[in-house]
Amino acid sequence: MARDPVLEFTERGIYCPAGGFYVDPWHPVDRALITHGHADHARPGHSRYLSTTGAAPILRQRLGDIMLETVSYGARLRIGDALVSFHPAGHVPGSAQIRIEVAGEIWVVSGDYKTVPDGLSEPFEPVRCHSFITESTFGLPVFRWPDPAEVARDLNDWWRDSVAAGRTPVLGAYALGKAQRLLSMLDPGIGPLLTHGAIETATSVLRAQGYSLPPTVAVTPETDPRAHGGALVLAPPSALGSAWMRRFGPVSTGFASGWMMLRGVRRRRAMDRGFVLSDHADWPGLNTAVKESGAEKIFVTHGYTEVFTQWLRSRGLDADIVPTRFTGDEAQVE
Amino acid sequence: MIRFAHLFEALDQSTRTTDKVNALAAYFAEAEPLDRLWTVALFSGRRPRRAVTTTELRNWAAEAAALPLWLVEESYPVVGDLAETIALILPPPDRLSRRSLSGWMALLRDLAGQPEAARRAAILQAWAELDTAQRFLFNKLVTGGFRVGVSQKLMTRALAQATGHDAAELAHRLMGSWSPEMTSWERLIEAEDGGADASRPYPFCLAHPLESAPDDLGPPQDWRAEWKWDGIRGQLILREGRHFVWSRGEELMTDRFPELARALDFLPPGTVLDGEILAWDGIAPLPFAALQRRIGRKSVPKKLLAEAPVILLAYDLLEWQGRDLRSAPFVQRRALLDRALSGLPPDAPVRPSPLVGFDDWQALADIRTEARNRQAEGLMLKRVASPYHAGRKKGDWWKWKLDPHTVDAVMIYAQAGHGRRATLYTDFTFAVWDGDALVPFAKAYSGLTDAEFREITAWVRSNTLQRFGPVRQVKPELVFEIAFEGIQQSPRHKSGIALRFPRMLRWRRDKPAAEANRLEDLKQLLDPPGT
Repeated sequence: MARDPVLEFTERGIYCPAGGFYVDPWHPVDRALITHGHADHARPGHSRYLSTTGAAPILRQRLGDIMLETVSYGARLRIGDALVSFHPAGHVPGSAQIRIEVAGEIWVVSGDYKTVPDGLSEPFEPVRCHSFITESTFGLPVFRWPDPAEVARDLNDWWRDSVAAGRTPVLGAYALGKAQRLLSMLDPGIGPLLTHGAIETATSVLRAQGYSLPPTVAVTPETDPRAHGGALVLAPPSALGSAWMRRFGPVSTGFASGWMMLRGVRRRRAMDRGFVLSDHADWPGLNTAVKESGAEKIFVTHGYTEVFTQWLRSRGLDADIVPTRFTGDEAQVE
Repeated sequence: MIRFAHLFEALDQSTRTTDKVNALAAYFAEAEPLDRLWTVALFSGRRPRRAVTTTELRNWAAEAAALPLWLVEESYPVVGDLAETIALILPPPDRLSRRSLSGWMALLRDLAGQPEAARRAAILQAWAELDTAQRFLFNKLVTGGFRVGVSQKLMTRALAQATGHDAAELAHRLMGSWSPEMTSWERLIEAEDGGADASRPYPFCLAHPLESAPDDLGPPQDWRAEWKWDGIRGQLILREGRHFVWSRGEELMTDRFPELARALDFLPPGTVLDGEILAWDGIAPLPFAALQRRIGRKSVPKKLLAEAPVILLAYDLLEWQGRDLRSAPFVQRRALLDRALSGLPPDAPVRPSPLVGFDDWQALADIRTEARNRQAEGLMLKRVASPYHAGRKKGDWWKWKLDPHTVDAVMIYAQAGHGRRATLYTDFTFAVWDGDALVPFAKAYSGLTDAEFREITAWVRSNTLQRFGPVRQVKPELVFEIAFEGIQQSPRHKSGIALRFPRMLRWRRDKPAAEANRLEDLKQLLDPPGT
């Protein structure tokens, strides 16, 4: 008798028939396993949630009073006939790949991930499996991240140069993950770090969890920028160029994203500076992850799915595209 | 090359003009003379002969990166630039070369004409010795498409800042045909400007568009009006018994318009005219379509010469009897021009573009409405006392164009742009109704804001009906107001019409597709056929 596959790709999301649960579903379900707290993965309205201990505080902060169970990295849970465990994905603090084993067959949903340590998130851990579900946000060979130490040097140079030129550097970054990673790369010796409200919220949650983050000052309507000379301001992308920014006087704007690799995107954003920094795997990272999973079957989700799938097939792997509704925190180029 | 890459990085990183000028000026002050000279040449659109085809580059890059060619091809549209795509896919260099910009240029020059194996080996070795930023520039030098967001005006300003020379004079020195191999920094920039090449044109004086009626320009008697012709701006130079025809883009067009050679029979050496090259029926301009048949043809068959002969309608005299007149007031230059061109036989290939007389601004506004009947795009206004400026200077020359035609059309296909817009859907095909069917009639890719393009890009992604390679057929829902300058019958197009300069004026969010215009509406606007 043919067995059900370990996971099915349904209208609501990735479903495990043996365990009766979904992974990062986009419609309300009874039981949802969540890889990480970004809005396109952790949606409201599910009856029960399961995440890593590290991801839980952000989930609570974002989704309110939810029924949430937590589990440590590597701990094995039995859900129905499935054996489930969470493993570091290196995407943002607390983020996980989810390993699902049914009758000896192992599938891994990697969620969003990056293979290079960022000094803050728990580093990506390859998990051996039969079927590997991978994202492909940056699944083209033009994406190869520079050494983060070089990016950190560029960031701090830009901060110093801007201040010397009488401008306040305003750095755009996603509120959860990227912003804190930047905080940990910036040199607080140069000046104070000011944060937009959306970033401060996520930062204080992670700081309370014990992640090592420098002191920050939240910008409120009462904040007088002149009282914080030489400061760098961290703001979500939506705040860049908005009325909110006017209080800082002359500014130099920067943006940190994997897309800053492309000159066309850098120029279109009309930022003064673009820094190449992503929480997703680059081309070498994706290929390493696929290889180290040892999987014989690869499912490719959001990003350059067609190209990456064709590439994997040309390398003799059995690969297929999975339609998803994940947009990814960086999927939108803009 | 490292210093040049730093310069490029500084230029590319900043959106502020002063930063760019300062970066360039610093470079001109400290780089080696030959590198400076090459930089000026490259930034003013001069480039060496291509030693390698883009097909060869793609193949060699795929090989060097150990990637299949199709993957390189798939990456290219995302990046939007071949030189950059190749720079990004290659593995990191194993050592860094110290060769200078001019050194690389010499290497490329020597490569031209060599067998493929030698060119391949040289390019692969160059890639192995350059970091990503330098590789990108190197590839740009190889492919010849060196456009870097630095205008010639900006570069001239920086040169002036670095050398202490006058910017307008430098602009003049940089005009015409020269190459780093023929000259030196000393001769081009520093030496007394004596032995200039006979072909060297003057920088064109450019007009700004007049956005509203000219009532604010002051007393009408301070101004002269001319028709704004719809042809090719050209500078005709008669010196030392020879003639040269330059386009506004500083392209030498002498051989394309052999008719103008006869100007030598009627005008003395030491004459330089600014005017409009037009296809001419003996009395009036032919429609632009006639001139279009001449554009891009390096040699002209006899039949075409007979069917679409050109003349220069001259509107300014820049040099007379070898003397540079540019600082003289417009009325004086104009009077001299009329005198120089008076009494020329009707078959002379040069005529004065007539002045349009008017007593007050309202009268001129009335005259302007006739522009289309005269094959003109509108009027030009020139201040009586103005010198002939180098480049675009606001206040003395205005172009007062007719309002464009407009039509509401439905977007039916979308394609991603290039370069800066590579990840956005910006190139659209528009259709109007013909009965119950939508007939495509125009393509346009400009006129909207980046924010609107972003919104439309998201819409295109989720409203695609079918894909044809890079083109997506989308649900016929979005309506845009399309502006265009002229419309003509065209048997080559499905719709039977062809538009001139179509562009998007605005997104009509208020209009459903069913209310877009019909093909009949467009056909009513058809230009009168050529006489």
